[in-house]
Amino acid sequence: MTDQDTEEHVEDLPLDALPLDGWHRARGARMVPFAGYDMPIQYEGIVAEHNWSRENAGLFDVSHMGQLLLSGPDLDAAVEAVLPIDLSTLKVGQQRYSLLLDEDGGVLDDLMVSRWPDALYLVVNGATKWDDIGTLREALPDDITLNHLDEQALLALQGPKAAAVLARHVPGVEALTFMKFAAFTLAGHDVTIARAGYTGEDGFEISLPAAAAAEVADLLCAEPEVKPIGLGARDSLRLEAGLPLYGHDMTPEISPIEAGLVFGINKRRRTEGGFPGADRIIREINEGTARKWVGLTIEGRLPAREGAEVFAGSDKIGILTSGGFSPTLGAPIAMAYVAADYAAPGTTFEVEVRQKRLAATVSPTPFVPHRYFRGS
Amino acid sequence: MRYYTDEHEWIDVAGDVATVGITDYAQGQLGDIVFVELPGVGTAVEKGKDAAVVESVKAASDVYAPINGEVTETNGALEEDPSLVNSAPEGEGWFFKMTIADAGQLDGLMDEAGYKAFLEGL
Repeated sequence: MTDQDTEEHVEDLPLDALPLDGWHRARGARMVPFAGYDMPIQYEGIVAEHNWSRENAGLFDVSHMGQLLLSGPDLDAAVEAVLPIDLSTLKVGQQRYSLLLDEDGGVLDDLMVSRWPDALYLVVNGATKWDDIGTLREALPDDITLNHLDEQALLALQGPKAAAVLARHVPGVEALTFMKFAAFTLAGHDVTIARAGYTGEDGFEISLPAAAAAEVADLLCAEPEVKPIGLGARDSLRLEAGLPLYGHDMTPEISPIEAGLVFGINKRRRTEGGFPGADRIIREINEGTARKWVGLTIEGRLPAREGAEVFAGSDKIGILTSGGFSPTLGAPIAMAYVAADYAAPGTTFEVEVRQKRLAATVSPTPFVPHRYFRGS
Repeated sequence: MRYYTDEHEWIDVAGDVATVGITDYAQGQLGDIVFVELPGVGTAVEKGKDAAVVESVKAASDVYAPINGEVTETNGALEEDPSLVNSAPEGEGWFFKMTIADAGQLDGLMDEAGYKAFLEGL
């Protein structure tokens, strides 16, 4: 028995330990190398953890992600020269999705930008954070300060019961709506909590001092609605939620317009430009792209995974960038790039897995409806 | 008599027929199994070469033939309920039955005690 998994492991480098490394091991997690760290892939099992997060509340350690703080004079103008974001409409307490692009409009990373009173707070992907820091440092003027908040841990509490649980420890947190954040006190520690996540469920991301991470994780997991959830379920949850994963569904070889991420190019920037790759991005917004990102449902039970080729008859028309078995739907689902003519929902074609052709249909995403809290 | 491979397959020999599956350790490592791709009846399999594929939520994994032989029967129940491999890996979750082309190949495999010691060393 041998794993065919194609995850890139950076096995030559020594792995750093995250603040909750021992905490995960004590709870029986199976640890795997990911983004340069040992990370918990699962505790009791991916499907059980997946379903728990959809029905209750799951605690995810995402401390591998990069937390960056930008400050300095004329900060908005400096950051708008690097990111296709419209900061004139981002108010204190708001968080927004954005993209780090190269000069050709390829995606270097996707990230969250939050407006703090005198700074912009960014959360970037773990595997790309060192490159991102280099790219940002290079692109931003010298008088902009970039702080890597590497003494901060990041925990995500996700699921329909997350708000009720967290409100027991953080009164008032339930008033936040999706993509808003605020500073709070949690078990006596200063924390920042955003109502956001990567599962499609209602939930929160808690930035807290690394030294407080184990205490807070224990506190939350002592609640009957909360269990720790590993990276395996994080991937199956985000796949069902139709959320692309950097390094798989987005790469430097893919533009955000091909990826269906036009919302990451804020409206004013689509006409004004002035960000890396703007010429290509604006042209693609106006003229369309030759290939498009789509969601797929696949007939039968055999999962099709990243790298599987897509065929219309004998013509190769695309490739899968993510794929797996959806625990919620009980069926295989996938994300793919296909020729634009085949991208309309309902279009059918075939995916090849080990010389077998599986019937696939372009599906609207998310596969499982989002349940974000946008206010009552 | 049941033998084990260092790739975590088991092979149970009764007369001139052998039954093949994956061990409890293997299913635990794989996690929730959602699909099992079995070889067709009549397929000639070769010791150490791919014979089946197990798909878990996380990944696809190859299952190797413990010895040379020909597949004589496959476990149709796995088509309906692949999770039998999780719940009864060394019983109802068997994969296929095969002929034994060279009984001498069994000598190179581990017995239950040997496999248990092998697992403890992992």
